[in-house]
Amino acid sequence: MSQGDLFIVFIALIGGAIRVSTPFMFVALGECLTEKSGRINLGLEGNLVLGAMVAYAGSYTTGSPWLGVLMAGCSGLVLGAMHGYICKLPKVNDIAVGIAFMSFGIGLAFFFGKPYIQPTAPRLEAIPLGGWSSDPLVAQALQVNPLFFLGIALALFLRWAFANTRWGLILRMTGDSAASARAMGVSVDLVRLLATAAGGFLAGVGGAFLSLFYPGSWNEGLSSGQGLMAVALVIFARWDPIRCVLAALLFGAAGALGPSLQSIGVSQGYYFFNAAPYILTLFIMIASARSKSAAREAPGELSIVK
Amino acid sequence: MTAVLASSSIERGGLSPRAIRMIEAVIIPLGALVASAALFSVFLLFLGKSPVTFFNLIWTGGFGSAFSIQNTLQRAAPLILTGLAFAIPARIGLTLIGAEGALVLGGFSAAAIAIPLVRGGWTPWIGLPIMAIAAMLVGAFWIGLAGWLRHYRGVNETISSLLLSYIAIAIMNFFVEGALRDPASANKPSTMPIGDAYRIGPMPGTSVHWGLAAGVVLAVILWLLMSRTTFGFAARMTGGNVRAAQAQGLPVGFLVVACCAIAGACAGLAGFFEVAAIHGQANASLVAGYGFTGILVAFLARQNPLAVVPVAILFGALAAAGGLVQRRMAMPDATVLVLQGMIFVVLLVSETFYGRIPFLQPKRAGDRS
Repeated sequence: MSQGDLFIVFIALIGGAIRVSTPFMFVALGECLTEKSGRINLGLEGNLVLGAMVAYAGSYTTGSPWLGVLMAGCSGLVLGAMHGYICKLPKVNDIAVGIAFMSFGIGLAFFFGKPYIQPTAPRLEAIPLGGWSSDPLVAQALQVNPLFFLGIALALFLRWAFANTRWGLILRMTGDSAASARAMGVSVDLVRLLATAAGGFLAGVGGAFLSLFYPGSWNEGLSSGQGLMAVALVIFARWDPIRCVLAALLFGAAGALGPSLQSIGVSQGYYFFNAAPYILTLFIMIASARSKSAAREAPGELSIVK
Repeated sequence: MTAVLASSSIERGGLSPRAIRMIEAVIIPLGALVASAALFSVFLLFLGKSPVTFFNLIWTGGFGSAFSIQNTLQRAAPLILTGLAFAIPARIGLTLIGAEGALVLGGFSAAAIAIPLVRGGWTPWIGLPIMAIAAMLVGAFWIGLAGWLRHYRGVNETISSLLLSYIAIAIMNFFVEGALRDPASANKPSTMPIGDAYRIGPMPGTSVHWGLAAGVVLAVILWLLMSRTTFGFAARMTGGNVRAAQAQGLPVGFLVVACCAIAGACAGLAGFFEVAAIHGQANASLVAGYGFTGILVAFLARQNPLAVVPVAILFGALAAAGGLVQRRMAMPDATVLVLQGMIFVVLLVSETFYGRIPFLQPKRAGDRS
C-alpha cells in the first residue's frame, strides 16, 4: 500500500465518518435523552427504519425533503410516545417493549414502504465545504449535510440544558431517583413519556438522513442495527451528549472502513470489514461495562446498568 | 397479617392461587391474541381491505388442506427451536435476542463440515450426526458467549446477543463469498451443496422434515429439565433473584452460561435442519427472521417450553399463509410482519393484567359481595 493509497483511505474515512455518523448521532442523542429520564428504549431501530421510510415517502409526495424530515420525526414521536405510555403501565418490562416496537416499526415501514422502493424522491442538499481544495476526493468527502451540524448543535444544546435549566434538572432527577422526583411533586411518568417521545422524534430524524442523504434511497436493507448500536454507544459515551457525538464519529469511521478500503481496491474480506462496527461496539461494551466511572455517571433508575 | 389474609382467601375464594395463575396464563395471552386480531381488522378496514377475507385466507393457507397443514408444520419446526432459544434463558432472567445469529452460524457450520464428509464418501448415518453436533456446538458457543459476557463481564446480554447476530451473518457471508464458495452458485453465493444422500427426507407419511419431531422432543425434554430437576429449579431461582441464589451458594455463573448454551444449541440445531432438510447448502436464505419470530413465540408461550410448540405452529401458519394473502389480497409480504408486531405490542400491554383481573382475585375476608 503506497502513501497515495493511505491518503485516499484516510480522506475516505473522514468523509465516511461524517456521513455515516449522522444517523448514529441522532439516535444516540435521542436515546441519551430518554435514558437520562431513567428509561431505556431499545426500539429506536424501529423508529429509525420507519423514519427513513416516512421521510422518503414524504419527500416524494410533497417534493420537499425537509418536510420529509419533519414527518419522519413525527412518526418517531408517535412510536416513542406509545413506548412511553405502555412502559408506565405496571408490570411491563421496558426492554421487552423495546424489542416489540423494533419489530412493529420495521413491519410498518416495510408494509407502507413497498410502493416507494422504485421512485426517486428529492434528496437533502449537502453543503460543499471542500470547495477550497482542488482535489476531487477531498471535495467529495467534505460534502456535509446540514443535519450533521444540526446534530452537533443539538448535542451542545442538550449538554447545556441538562446542566443549566430547570427542565434539565427535573429530567436528571427523575432519572436518578424517581422517589425524590415524586417527593418534589414531579410526575415521573409524564417526564419519562415526554423524554421517550422526544427521543423517538430524534431517532426518526436520524432515519430521514439514511433515506434522503446517505445511502440516499429507501429499501428494506437500509438500516442494519444502527439504531441498536446507538444504544450501546450511549452507555459508552456515559450519558453525555458531547461524548455521544464523538462516539458517533468513531462508529461512523468504523462503518466507513470497508467501503474506503474497497475504494483503493482492497476487496479481500469486505464482509469482514463491514462487521467492524459491530465488533467495535462489542469490544467497547466489554471495556465499559464494569468501569467505575460509567457506574458513577449512569442514571440511577436505569434498568440496563443495574 | 398478609399471610392470614392469603390463607383465609384460599378457604373462602374457591380457587387456589396456583389455579388462578394457570387460568391467567391461558386467558391473558388468548385475550391479547383476540385484541390484536381486532386491532389488525381495524387496520385492514382503514386500508379498505376486508378482515373477513384476511382471516379466512390465513385459515385456508395455514390449516385449510393437508398441504397447507404440512407447510405450516414445516415452518413451525425452526420456530419451536428458536422459541426455546429465547424461553430457556428467559427463565434465568436473561433477554437474549441472538437466536438468529446462532441459527445462521449453526447452519453454516453444518454445511461447512459437510464438505469434507461428502468428499470423503462418509455414510450419512455418520455424517449427519456430525453435522448436527457441529451446528449445536457452534450455536451453544455463540449464545453461551453472550451469557458469559453477561455474568463475568457485566455486558448487557440483549445488545451483545444482537450484535453477535450481525457478526455471525458477516462471518457466514465472508466464507460463502470467499473460501467456501461453490463456483457454480453464480447469482446467490452458497457453499457446496451437501448432495441428495445427505438430505434429510420427510417423516414417513408426511412431507414435513424431522426438525419438527426434534423440536417437539426437545421441548418436552427442556420442560422436564426446567420444571422437574434441581438444575431447572436452581435456574428459575436465579431468574427470580440473583442475590438470593448466590447467597444460597448456587453456581450462578455456570447456570447462566449453561442456559445460554442450551439456547444456542437449539438455535444451531434449527440451522442444521434448515440446511440439511430445506436448502441443501448454506447461503443468505438462512437469514429468514426465524430467530426474531422465535422471541415472539416464546413471549406468547410465557417462556413455557411445552407451550412453545402450539404457539410456534400458530406462527408457522401465519408464515405459511403469507404468500396466499399476498396474492389474493394484493398486499405486501410485510403484512405478516405488521400483524406480528401488533401482537407483540398488545401482548406486552396485556402483561399488566396479571393479578388484576377482578373476578379472578381471591376474595378478601373484608369484602363480602
